[in-house]
Formats: sequence, C-alpha cells, structure tokens
Amino acid sequence: MSASNTTTITSIGAPNRRNTELALLVFAVAIPVFAYINVGLAKNDSVPAGLLGYGVGLGVLAGGAHLLVRKFAPYADPLMLPIATLLNGLGLVLIWRLDQEPSITTPALGGPMAPKQLMWSAVGLALFVIVLIFLKDHRILQRYTYISMFTAMVLLVLPIFFPGVNGAKIWITLPGIGSLQPGEFAKIVITVFFAGYLMVKRDALALASRRFMGLYLPRGRDLGPILVIWLMSMLILVFETDLGTSLLFFGLFVIMLYVATERTSWIVFGLLLSGAGAAVVGTSEPHVKIRVDNWLHPLKLAANGGVTETAQSQYAFGSGGIFGSGLGQGYSRLIGGIAPKSDYILSTVGEELGLAGLMAVLLLYALLIERGMRTALAARDPFGKLLAVGLSGAFALQVFVVAGGVTGLIPLTGMTMPFLAQGGSSVIANWALVAILLRISDTARRPAPSPAPSPDAEATQVVRSQ
Amino acid sequence: MNKPLRRVAVFCGLLVLALLARVNYVQFVQADQLANDTHNRRVAINQYAQPRGDIVVDGKPVTGHTTTSGSDFKYKRTYTDGPMWAPVTGHASQAFGTSFLEGVEDKFLTGNDDRLFFNRTIDLLTGKQKQGGNVVTTLNAKAQEAAFKGLGNKKGAVAAIDPRTGAILAMASTPSYDPSTIAGNSTTDETNWVNLQKKADSDDPMLNRAIRQTYPPGSTFKLVTAAAALQSGKITDVDKGTQSPDPYPLPGTTINLVNEGSIPCKDASLRQALQYSCNTVFGKLGADMGLKTMVDEAEQFGFNKEQLVPVRVDASNFDTKMSPDQVAQSSIGQFDTAATPLQMAMVASAIANNGTLMQPYEVDRLVAPNLSTIAQTSPKKLSEPLSPENAQKLQSMMETVVDKGTGTNAKIPGVRVGGKTGTAQNGLNNAGKPYAWFVSYAMTDQGSPVAVAVVVEDGSANRDDISGGGLAAPIAQKVMEAVLNK
Repeated sequence: MSASNTTTITSIGAPNRRNTELALLVFAVAIPVFAYINVGLAKNDSVPAGLLGYGVGLGVLAGGAHLLVRKFAPYADPLMLPIATLLNGLGLVLIWRLDQEPSITTPALGGPMAPKQLMWSAVGLALFVIVLIFLKDHRILQRYTYISMFTAMVLLVLPIFFPGVNGAKIWITLPGIGSLQPGEFAKIVITVFFAGYLMVKRDALALASRRFMGLYLPRGRDLGPILVIWLMSMLILVFETDLGTSLLFFGLFVIMLYVATERTSWIVFGLLLSGAGAAVVGTSEPHVKIRVDNWLHPLKLAANGGVTETAQSQYAFGSGGIFGSGLGQGYSRLIGGIAPKSDYILSTVGEELGLAGLMAVLLLYALLIERGMRTALAARDPFGKLLAVGLSGAFALQVFVVAGGVTGLIPLTGMTMPFLAQGGSSVIANWALVAILLRISDTARRPAPSPAPSPDAEATQVVRSQ
Repeated sequence: MNKPLRRVAVFCGLLVLALLARVNYVQFVQADQLANDTHNRRVAINQYAQPRGDIVVDGKPVTGHTTTSGSDFKYKRTYTDGPMWAPVTGHASQAFGTSFLEGVEDKFLTGNDDRLFFNRTIDLLTGKQKQGGNVVTTLNAKAQEAAFKGLGNKKGAVAAIDPRTGAILAMASTPSYDPSTIAGNSTTDETNWVNLQKKADSDDPMLNRAIRQTYPPGSTFKLVTAAAALQSGKITDVDKGTQSPDPYPLPGTTINLVNEGSIPCKDASLRQALQYSCNTVFGKLGADMGLKTMVDEAEQFGFNKEQLVPVRVDASNFDTKMSPDQVAQSSIGQFDTAATPLQMAMVASAIANNGTLMQPYEVDRLVAPNLSTIAQTSPKKLSEPLSPENAQKLQSMMETVVDKGTGTNAKIPGVRVGGKTGTAQNGLNNAGKPYAWFVSYAMTDQGSPVAVAVVVEDGSANRDDISGGGLAAPIAQKVMEAVLNK
C-alpha cells in the first residue's frame, strides 16, 4: 500500500477470477467432447468423424467468449459461462445422439437437428458477446421500462395468430427463418419491465396499504397491475394453452413484487390468485386436463391401448437406474417424435447417464441459479437487484417446471429445458439471459473506485500495533 | 431488499431439492418396478438383444435363432420339429411373450439370471457378447416322436414319466402348432398368432393338453380306487371274490350303476373287476370306503394340487365334499373327477415304482454358456400312496389287464407291461364325444423305466374298453417301446 493512499477503505475488491473461469471452461469443453466420443463408440464402434470440428468449434466459441469476458466484463462471475457452456455442449451431444435414431429423425419430423442446434448455439454465443460489448451498464435498461412492457405484450400475444403445434400455441413461424418461440424472449424483456416498474413503485406498493387480518392489503390502484398480470397469464393459458409460460410469468411477478416491497402479503395474494386460476383452468381446459390426468396416472395406457409419452418417459427413467445405460445405449427414442430432443430430453439424460448424471445436471442448474441469486445480493442498485433476481428466478422456475413435469413431480408443461433441449429461441434467449446476469455481476463485483487522496490523510492515519 | 432476496434464494433451493428428491424416487425407489413393467418395451428388446440359450433334448438343441433386421429386436427364435416339441418348449415370441419352458426359464435363456452373473462378468471383461444359458430337458426324443406320431391327426395328449426318478420322458399334445411361425413381430406373425387363438381355431392348438387340460379319467381312475382298497385294508386278497351286486344301486338313490356290456362282475374279485373294468365293483368299493379314504388316496397320488415341473401343471380334481352316491360315481372316474394326462401317468408311475411317487420334472439341468452346470435337478420323493406289497399286488392286476383283459393292444413281447383302459363319458347325458384313455407302465429287471398315460379325444366307438384299448393303447405301446429300445 502506497503512502499516498492510506485510508481504511481498501480499494482491493474481490479477485477477478478470470483464470478460474478459464480452467473451468477447459472442463466445460472437455466433458462434452468425451461424451461425443462416447456416443460414437457406443453407436458405431468408432470415434465420430465430426469430432475435430465439434471439439475445436466448441473450444473456439467458449475460448472466444472467455476472452471477451476478460476484456469487457473482467469482474464477472466466473462460474456462469462455464456452466452454460457445459450444459449447451451436453445438450448438443444428446441431440446428436438422438439424431442417430432413424425412427425419430425422419424427414417429416425435421431430420437431424444437431447441426441447426450448433448454429443456434453459435448465434446465442454471438448475442451473449454483443450484450457484453454494448451493454456497458445494466442500468441503461431502466430507460426502456415501458418499451419493454409493450414488446413483451406483443411477443406474448403473437403466437395466438399462428397455428398451434401439439396442442400449444407457443410458436410463430417466420418464412425463411423457421419457427420462433417468443415466450423465451418475452421472459427477459418482461423482467426488464418489472424491474423498472417496481423500482419506481415499490414504496407506494409497500407502504400505502391497510392492515387487515394480519395482512397488509394494498390499495386497489396498486393491486391493479397484479390483476392485469394474473389475467394476462390466464389468457395465455386459455388462448395459447401454455401452462408453463403463464406459470412462469405469474411466478416471476410475484417473486419480484415480494423482493421489491418486502411484503409477505403479496405472496399470499399471488398463491391465492394462481391457485384459483389453476383450479378453474385445470378443470375446464381439455388440453390442461389431459396433462393433469397424465400426471396423476402416469402409467395409464392411452385410449388406443398404446403407451403414453408420459409413461415412456417414466420407463426411461426407471430403466436408467442409478448409473444409466451409458450414452448411446438407451431407448429414450421410444418416447417418440422429437419429444426426446425437446420436451423429454431429461429422460435421455436419466436413462443414459442415470440418476447420478441427472442429479449432476440438476445441480449444474442449481449452481447457475445460485450464482444469479448471489449476483442479486451483491448488486448495489435496486434495479440491478430486481433484474438479477427476476432473471435467475425465471430461470429457476423454468428449470423446475420443465424438470418437475418430465419427472412427474408436477403436470407436464410445454417449455424447454434451458440450454439442454433442442430449440433455437431457447438457446439464444438463455445465452442473452446469462450475458445480462454476467454484466450485473461484473458491476457488482467491480471494486469501488479508489477514493481521491485526502489532504489530511496524515492526521487520520491509523497507528498500527506492529 | 436483501432479506426477501435471501428467502427467494432459499425457495429456489427448495425447488431444486424437490427435483432431486423426485428423481431419486423415480430412478432409485421406483426404478425396478418401472424397468420391468410389462409395457416397458425395453424388457422385450433386452430379451432378444442376444441369442437365446437353447432347449436341449438328448444332447441336441430343439431350438435355434436367426438374426432379424428392421425392428428393435436383433434375434429371433427358431424351432426344429416345432409342433412336436411345442408342448415342452412353448414359444418365445418377440411380439407375444413366452410360454412353458421358454417362459419359466426365460431369465436363464436370455442370460439375465443372477446365477449367470459370474459368466456375464467374464464375458464383459473379455469383450464377448452376452450369452444365454441352455436348458437341458429330461425328455426322450424317441419317446416324444412315438407319442407325437402315434397321436397323428387325432386330438389328444401323451405324458410319459420315468417312475424311478419322476423325469418326464414325453409330453405330446395334438393338434399342435409351430412356435417358429409366431416367433417374430411381423404382420405374418401376428396373423399366425390370431389364427392360433381359440377364438379362430376351436381345436385350440396352443393348449398343452398333457398338463393344462383335465379330462374325466373314466375307468383309469379305478387304479386309484383299487389302491385305496388295498391301502385301507378293505381288500387284502385280490383274488377273493367281493360281495358286489350287478347292477349296483347307488346308495341313497333309485339309480342303478351298471356295467358296459355283459361282463362277469357279480361278486368278482378285485383282479377280475380290473381286468373287465367293472363299474359296479369299484363303485361299491368307493362308496363303502367312504369319502375320506378316497380323497386321502387320490391326494396321495397328486390330485387336488398344482404341480410345478417347473412348468405349472393344472390341478387334477377329486371333490372333497360328496354324498355316498357321488363318491361311488367318482370312484369310477365319473362325476366331477378330472385329471390331466400327466396326473394319470403319475398314478401309473407310483404303482410301477413299488408305491413311491416321485416328483415329476422336465428340466434335468441348467447349463451356462461355457457348459458348466449351474443347477441340477435331483429326483425327489413326492409321496408314498402305496406300500411296496400292495403296489406289487396292483402291478400283477394291471399286468392281467394287458395279458388277457382290455389292454391287450399294449403288449410288448418279452416285457412285463401293466395297464388300464378307460373311456370317459363327456358332458351331460354323454352329449360330447367320449375320451379314450390308456395308462400303463413297462417293467424290466432294473425296475420300471417308463409309465405313460394317453388320452385321445373323440374316441367315437361305443364300448368303453374297446375304445381305450383300441385307440390309446397302441400309442402307449409305441412310447414304451421307444424308451425300452433306447
């Protein structure tokens, strides 16, 4: 410490941990590469021909991202990029592995999907880099609060005008590009809106309330936005029959309200409203009703005497057991269609990597969520806190809703497992989500600027005992 | 804001915890149940992922395998002389499951049996493909062929046992089917399967009549009644006349029990009664001895109980609650009495084995792919329905039947053969066609190597003993010859 800077506040913050990130990234690339070799050996008794391209490609992408993080967000959290890379890499291997099954890679179902997924992953990483470079400070997003609201509304409403796929209207089809799932992007945009809106309104929501039966009841005009969001999530549920997205948005809003206002009553309200909504829609909407029925009786045979997807996925999990059948040696293709690549990709994980592998994957998600929550705790500005808790909360809810649905903990909903499942919108949106979290963590962990040297530093010098 | 934030973080942690608990439940607690669920196709895929082990008769496999393409299943079962061996092997079908030995020993044949764990581990280390074990049967190929050819295109069944050990030597059932035709999962296999079902084919070719069909045993059941009379002390001298009227009025009724044709049954000795197959003598004997004595003796012979050989054998029936007149009818093999051909072969074998009934079995040993024996069946005594002296008395009576009675068609030159014919009425007021029975044994210096029971449905002749002796006895004779000339 130099003599000119002798204040008690040290300017030395947390170490930036970029080398930790690099070391972890080596594993995050190596593990999927080994997995890739494993699948090749299991399916064709030979090392897959595309190994070099895949390995080098993944390495270059991850390495490039790392270098840019080093340059543009040097203090960012060191775990997020490796975890996302590992999950994305494993997802690619699993999709490529399922591409080897002729019965689910027919032209009618879209053919092999790993190459496209690889391309979308690259696009996702590019977006990740763009966000890091151009979003110098996450607080800039605050300016776009109402634009975000409008964008989110448009994104959520759009799928109503497009035909449904497998009973859920969550897709829009753009000629030349393919289909997009706007819900994935809406997830981020709406979090930006909530964070901006709640930061401004939090005092009004928290304090202007009457006490009633031990609960703080908010004023009607403050309750308005909640009812609007509740209504909107119900409308999504009814018109798009998308249980997952509506649950996600409502849960997200409740979490952010609670964090912003620190009032438990909001949670009670949220639970009551979502409970009421779920009860009404769950008993009236046939699509949702079927899913609840499948959840309660997973092994029940379908009306035509066949085994349902739900049952097939349960069989896959059960047959995997503790250690799994080994990559490439399972039969999750029995689930049928492209389901094992998207909705039920966790069943493949469960069958081929076993309970051990599935728990490892779930813990990777848990770790990513935990780093997000830590970022929220560490953020110094309320907008950053709300944005970080919103993004990681949404991520957590999505992981829970999908994994819970596939494993039979809750009724199945139509959402994708972030990074793991096949789907361009999902991969791109989640890379963007990680980029924003990284940006917030960089700001949060960046050491405070050194205080200007004080002219009367000598007078206040602390005398050390030795 | 940090306090609610921490709570949200804990909440997210709980969500993940719930997921972890759930996957542990599904993949650990429920795993076995799910992995072996009947609708889990992996069970069938694994079953046919490697060649099945063989079912071996006289050192030669009667099964084989071919590879199939275009489906989940790699290997398909083939059968040599399928129709002849079907009652033994059963079928192993990619689409329709397994039956009989293929079903009972399925785990061993597929190589999944725990007892093959060591072999599997070695194969795994040496990089060899997993192999199934072989099931070596006790069957005698010549006897089986004699039985199957003897039945020809008649409907019926043959069961033959080595009385000294209980080893099953022949188990034939006609009409039969070729399990090869339903071994795959193609549409042809499906059509074949549908055509083999009882709905499409009233002859029910997939029914194993030797062990899964019970018939009224008719006069052959008189052997059990005779055994009961000897064992209970009711009769000690088989050549002394019994006090039997002809016809015999059934106790408590106004119905007379009569004999078929004009045969000398009034006050006949037990030997004569068996020789001519006197209903009156045996009906009266049964009624006089009473229900309990008859039930006890029948159950000693194996009635009223399922047997596992290790394929399940239907329980034969001798009612345990009857009025005296019903006991009288049951004692000549009518009323509700019903027996599988294997059960009647057991009766003959107990008599031939000097009164000791051995547990019948059809699997001699289980052999690992490396030819080491994993399990060996050792002969086991089931019961002792007769004392040796009484058994020998009954033997001499049965030999009289073959020498000069109703069973002369079963004679084999130079060999002691004992037998008993039977024609069982079928259905109310004899509406159905009767069943022709013949049970017999052959005796050599080393004891009796074979006891056999033959039943031919559709014994269309009228007279009781001629049809049993005419239709069934020649088949039994051929089977015994096949075993003796070995």
